[in-house]
Amino acid sequence: MSTLTPEDLADRTMDLAGWRVRVRSYRLGDTYFCTVDNIDPGARIARGMGPTREDAEDLAVGRALNRLAATRRRVV
Amino acid sequence: MGYASPGVLVDTDWVASHLDDPNVRIVEVDVDTSSYDQGHIPGAVGWNWTTQLCDTVVRDVTPPAELAALLGGSGIAPDTTIVLYGDNNNWFAAWAFWQLEMYGHDDVRIMDGGRAKWVAEGRPLATDTPSHEAASYPVPEPDLTVRSFLPEVQKAVDGGRTGLVDVRSPAEFTGEILAPPGLPETCQRGGHIPGAANIPWGKAVNEDGTFRSADELRALYEGAGITPDRPVITYCRIGERSSHSWFVLKHLLGYEDVRNYDGSWTEWGNLVGAAVER
Repeated sequence: MSTLTPEDLADRTMDLAGWRVRVRSYRLGDTYFCTVDNIDPGARIARGMGPTREDAEDLAVGRALNRLAATRRRVV
Repeated sequence: MGYASPGVLVDTDWVASHLDDPNVRIVEVDVDTSSYDQGHIPGAVGWNWTTQLCDTVVRDVTPPAELAALLGGSGIAPDTTIVLYGDNNNWFAAWAFWQLEMYGHDDVRIMDGGRAKWVAEGRPLATDTPSHEAASYPVPEPDLTVRSFLPEVQKAVDGGRTGLVDVRSPAEFTGEILAPPGLPETCQRGGHIPGAANIPWGKAVNEDGTFRSADELRALYEGAGITPDRPVITYCRIGERSSHSWFVLKHLLGYEDVRNYDGSWTEWGNLVGAAVER
């Protein structure tokens, strides 16, 4: 069985469409993987992969932005 | 004071030292079912909660015969130690744990911290799917004492001693949003079941995804009036986050009567005429 070690890990938070999100990425072999989660409650919203961190993050953040923009807040 | 059942948790070091243990089967269960393909613990099998940990026709848990086939096909026999882990701080690992307990599997454990901790520690990942020799697994009978259905929840609302715990985020609890940000809305009304206490699942874990200490957990739940001397029902939106809190109350704190209401808000919030608090 071939195994790889995740390297070049990065973890940051940012605001996206009015929501706080966490962006995590790492490299596995020649590919970067990125996930975006909504912090509260911590659900993964989107992911992306690509040859560079920027590619993977752009993909994941773009997908997350579309999903978050559709989330409606109600007055309670 | 430590956890009531410390054996149900293993840490990443334990898992790393049991990768080749034939009596241990490691299973990844993610919210994002494609995570497994992006790299998983070497030797781990992957279960898909949307197709393998539910009835795909009727809304229900995995039918007994299908669970037996899933276990057997994963090389799991009744005496195998199953170690579950996954993304989102083990949400669906806990969902799998809850079902396996319902079906009476003897030795099930959760890897504390889940997938994120394994990756953060730079531990190895494999991308190939392991092949495990199929095992024989008898069709189990479900023990429903860990599961709550709608009539029991309605009874709890109408009075009695049962404590209801809504483990969703405060914004979901108040009805400001109908689903976690970025996820599809799956109910008609926002709010919570009358009388429920809001104790978000995330308060039970540390920043790295590991569970808080027993003392911290006890203070969290008892401080909100959820005490071990009375029955407790946990719920969330679809039942997976609440299985995480069910695991905490049942196994880490040792509460005797804890049930997971897997119908959760997607059932209650869609009921015609059901009372809702905001």
